[in-house]
Amino acid sequence: MTFSPELEAKFEEIIGKYPPEHKRSALVPLLLFTQDELGQITAEVIAEVAKRVGVFPLQVEEVLTYYSMLHFPKPMGKKHVQICTNVSCQLTGGEELYKQASRKLGLGHKEVSADGEVSLEEVECIGACSWAPAIQINYDFHHNVTPEKLDELLDGLRKLN
Amino acid sequence: MADPVKLTINGVAVEAPQGKLLIEVARSMGTDIPSFCYYEGYSQAAACRMCLVEIEGMPKLMTACTQPVSEGMVVRTETPQVAEARKSMLEFVLTNHPLDCPVCDKGGECELQDATMRYGAGEGRFLEMKFHHEERQWSPVVYYDPARCILCFRCVRVCGEGLGAYALGVSERAVGEEIVPNGSDHLDCDECGLCIDICPVGALTSDSYRYQARPWEMNHVGTICTHCSNGCKTTLGVRNDRILRGNNRDRSGINGEFLCVKGRYAFDFNESDERLTTPMIRSNGELRPASWSDALRFAAGKLKQVKEAGGKIGVVGSTRITNEENFYLQKFAREVLGTNSIDHQRSGDVVTLLDALAGRSGALATTEDLYTAKAVLVIGSDLAQQHPLVAWQIRTNWRHHESHTYTITQGPVREDLHSFARVRVEPGREMEGLETLREKLAAEPELLIVFGDAVKGEKVRELVAFGDSLGIPVKYVCLVDTVNARGAMDMGLMPELLPGYRVAKDAGQPDGMTIPEMLAARDLSVLWSVGADPLADGALASEGAFVIVQDLFLTDTARRADVVFPSASLYEKSGTVTNVCGEVQRVKRAAQTMGAKADLEIIGLLAKEMGVAPVMGPWMTDKVFAELMRTVPGYNISLPVVTTGGAAQTLPPGHRIPVQSDPALIRSVGDTLYTSGTLGKYSKKLNSLMEGPGKLYEERTVREWTHA
Ligand code: SF4
Ligand code: SF4
Ligand code: SF4
Ligand code: FES
Ligand code: FES
Repeated sequence: MTFSPELEAKFEEIIGKYPPEHKRSALVPLLLFTQDELGQITAEVIAEVAKRVGVFPLQVEEVLTYYSMLHFPKPMGKKHVQICTNVSCQLTGGEELYKQASRKLGLGHKEVSADGEVSLEEVECIGACSWAPAIQINYDFHHNVTPEKLDELLDGLRKLN
Repeated sequence: MADPVKLTINGVAVEAPQGKLLIEVARSMGTDIPSFCYYEGYSQAAACRMCLVEIEGMPKLMTACTQPVSEGMVVRTETPQVAEARKSMLEFVLTNHPLDCPVCDKGGECELQDATMRYGAGEGRFLEMKFHHEERQWSPVVYYDPARCILCFRCVRVCGEGLGAYALGVSERAVGEEIVPNGSDHLDCDECGLCIDICPVGALTSDSYRYQARPWEMNHVGTICTHCSNGCKTTLGVRNDRILRGNNRDRSGINGEFLCVKGRYAFDFNESDERLTTPMIRSNGELRPASWSDALRFAAGKLKQVKEAGGKIGVVGSTRITNEENFYLQKFAREVLGTNSIDHQRSGDVVTLLDALAGRSGALATTEDLYTAKAVLVIGSDLAQQHPLVAWQIRTNWRHHESHTYTITQGPVREDLHSFARVRVEPGREMEGLETLREKLAAEPELLIVFGDAVKGEKVRELVAFGDSLGIPVKYVCLVDTVNARGAMDMGLMPELLPGYRVAKDAGQPDGMTIPEMLAARDLSVLWSVGADPLADGALASEGAFVIVQDLFLTDTARRADVVFPSASLYEKSGTVTNVCGEVQRVKRAAQTMGAKADLEIIGLLAKEMGVAPVMGPWMTDKVFAELMRTVPGYNISLPVVTTGGAAQTLPPGHRIPVQSDPALIRSVGDTLYTSGTLGKYSKKLNSLMEGPGKLYEERTVREWTHA
């Protein structure tokens, strides 16, 4: 299988960073970038990535199921809403934000809308405690989120792109 | 090597090599440190923390399984603090562990049970519901019960690092963490059961044994696997004359923890409904049950009559019966029947190898050598399929000692995963591959060459000449098929050679027939086949020939027989067998089948019936073994080694063996991991495997990325 020229270039760059006998270390970034480009990780992707870094497909699956930011076997939506409910955010209303989002989107933890556009996830600390409560949509952080701001963000989801 | 270091463990001073793991040093002096994830010979996981010990000067308890010893170390392994830590670890391990001990297969030999008894974590403080995942079946052999799993990852490591199958992985994390198979809901693997036996608890169970018995109800009989020539030690768990399981959990014998699917599970042929349990005599064209005395009288009478009339008799021995039986059989043929027409199905050209190496010592490798040689060259064999223990030894050698493995094969083999260099050749052109590797091989400090039936006749001499030209020490293993294939040759089951490779002609013996010659002889009067099936792929030209068969099953030859005697299997008799490396090992009777007798006894009873018992001597295993040790060159081996379950290598004859054997007689039947000649046909377990009957040189066993 071949990826887009941009992704191929990225692959080459990342694998090149490691000594050949340790090229399996490139596994996590390769999977993340592939997930970003293709939106999901398929059996075909696993086989291909396994081959490129010299491990067995099962070993790729081990990594995929370990890291929660790698979504496998089920892909997340194009807009993936991640709401932190870890200590700092919990103390400042993170749980309420999560419940609000869940009600509004009609989605539970790691659930995806029927059209595959939006998904929701309750996540652990995303390293933004100073601006708690914090949420993350795809790679964008939103700080000091209020219920109103959350509504706005959620309303805007389908208008993005 | 660096100087050894001095340390004290529980007040006892010890010396140990620098860098050796503390757990190993402690165990070697008899101090047990419990471990779940640690298993000698595998990578470190440090996942269970059962091995915590106190080391003076260290701020906290240390894991003995990852801690290398150093000079002046002061270690305590059983302090109150250590006991408390182990107890707490156990409490965690047990949070989601079910109270299955009364029904669990491992109950009574479970490492978790033992540790809990020892540290008393019988009561937990967690009140939450136990997290439960359902048990699942992954293959006709392997079941996994995640609730019982303590996530030590021994199974994952033994399958991947150890075997090279990499069929198990770890999925998810925390409470959701569990072991997963490579086929998402099923296993696509070697079905060896290594994972099951290495599991410290009852999380992995085998279809054969699960819920069959408690370990203490069985007798545990250490004997030799009856399948391939590698000669693994297997411990059969037997209750009421039924074999319930096979394993090698005590890591004894030449194979350590290793057994392939056949050694561990293909013992079930033994209780096949199709086992012969009564003698049969042909009357009115049909085989009908008969009494032992009638059948013996009938067969002995015929042998006597034909012998007196000077008729032609052909005798075929077996590669699955003991040395004692084959020795006794050839003695019967040569001394009583006066014929040299005795043969067996040959599968490797050991004779030419011994001839080419005449006068040398130490040129025949042992099973241990496969694990220690600096470099190994494999020619024309898919070892993981055909010689699983040989493959295991070579792989473990690479894993532990970074030895170099070279292959010359016609297709992908498991060794590709770690080979230093490989050459692919068309079948039959294996010798051409040698030159390609010459330079690299000559740079090795030593070499061990393993070759299959692709190298026979003149090619064996060429191979030895090639070995000599490298200018380094070279040892050889000539691969043969079945458990006692090598022993059958050593015992002189060939018309041209007497026991110990003495040339029959030189001893004044008449010419004899090989198997194809027996089948082709129009004037053959008697064909006597013991544990062989010469008519499986050949017909008897002599229509009137009287056929005597001793076998476990109604084989093609038995179907054509005039008298059939039901034989005991190798698991039902005592004696010795000789493996592919020429190592003699002892087999012990584990089970019994009503009505069947050991071949030695059947041959002895025939001798008695013919009135030649005094010539033949008593048909007692020990007596025959003593005679064989005395009279067969090379078999004067160390008795203490053999009687205590060890492997003693025989000595090569030491002289030239000037015979011209037809290389066409030598042919491996090409059994895979999932077939085993006649026995394999009657093993329900082998036949139930999705992977069966298997194929040699198949991509599947290697997985594609190694060829990228
Ligand atoms: S049976 Fe053998 S090959 Fe299969 S998963 Fe277990 S260890 Fe691996
Ligand atoms: S199945 Fe057994 S060997 Fe494998 S991780 Fe679980 S407890 Fe350990
Ligand atoms: S490798 Fe051979 S001897 Fe060992 S268990 Fe398998 S079939 Fe038996
Ligand atoms: S706890 Fe929410 S960002 Fe750290
Ligand atoms: S045995 Fe040391 S951590 Fe498991």
